[in-house]
Amino acid sequence: MSAPLVIAGHTFESRLMVGTGKYKDLAQTQAAISASGAQIVTFALRRMNIGQEENQPNLLDFISPQTYTLLPNTAGCYTAEDAVRTCQIARELLDGHNFVKLEILGDTKTLFPNIVETLKAAERLVHDAFEVLVYTTDDPITAKQLEEIGCCAIMPLAAPIGSGLGIQNRYSLRFIIENAKVPVIVDAGVGTASDAAIAMELGCDGVLMNTAIAEAKDPILMARAMGLAIEAGRHAYLAGRMPKRPYASASSTTEGYFF
Amino acid sequence: MQIILNGQAQPLDTGLSLQDFILSLGLENKRYAVELNHSIVPRSRYLETPLADGDQIEIIHAVGGG
Repeated sequence: MSAPLVIAGHTFESRLMVGTGKYKDLAQTQAAISASGAQIVTFALRRMNIGQEENQPNLLDFISPQTYTLLPNTAGCYTAEDAVRTCQIARELLDGHNFVKLEILGDTKTLFPNIVETLKAAERLVHDAFEVLVYTTDDPITAKQLEEIGCCAIMPLAAPIGSGLGIQNRYSLRFIIENAKVPVIVDAGVGTASDAAIAMELGCDGVLMNTAIAEAKDPILMARAMGLAIEAGRHAYLAGRMPKRPYASASSTTEGYFF
Repeated sequence: MQIILNGQAQPLDTGLSLQDFILSLGLENKRYAVELNHSIVPRSRYLETPLADGDQIEIIHAVGGG
């Protein structure tokens, strides 16, 4: 049987984590997340548009903290200072909830992480009793350093955020997985269900995605596909795949021919 | 006096607490967090937090994101 995913002492049956950006509206966000089976849901923090939004429903009216484990993120931050501030605001917003996704960007074109700032922020957040799931590059050395700082999950990119290019770095992901004592979650790059399955077959503990679901023609159907792919990939990983061989190997016995 | 709310300057009567100000915005029963001059103000302290000329207030909420 497949063991549940455990992150910082929290147990999850689903290994899929989803974002809440880019959907048509909040009802679609809610329906897609429900269809995905995900239990961990990430969101961003921004200024309220006073005078326009106070009568509008808020994301948290649709994604209930009672139903989901919320994972506020620091998307849009380019410095450790902004990221730490964002996490502190999130903790106040969610009444002391300390589970955060640290993401500090390096540039607007690649949205690759700024590792120097990420390491700084991770230290400060861990020291301040946050449970830090950290977006990083696929560099195994950085991944190990983030784990040593005390991050509770390492979240390497598999391709640029929102690119849908799929798993571009399976060897470096394998190095990270082999070395890690905390869960490794692919964060960014997945485009379709087979990408999610590949990540799981590599031995990742989970996958976080947003655009691959939200930008599908039918996000709710894709959400379901992703949930199934994560499960299929996990089972295949645990089952242990057959070895590859260069030539054919007949499946029907070669004994008892009557022709 | 004048305060800066989410980056926008606006006039405000003197002698108001943060609680008074938030009620005037119609934000009851909403989920948000408040920073006053870059420090978080816990919800339990809105009432006892007076506002002063030049205060910078940020009202932050959850939005879609990945």
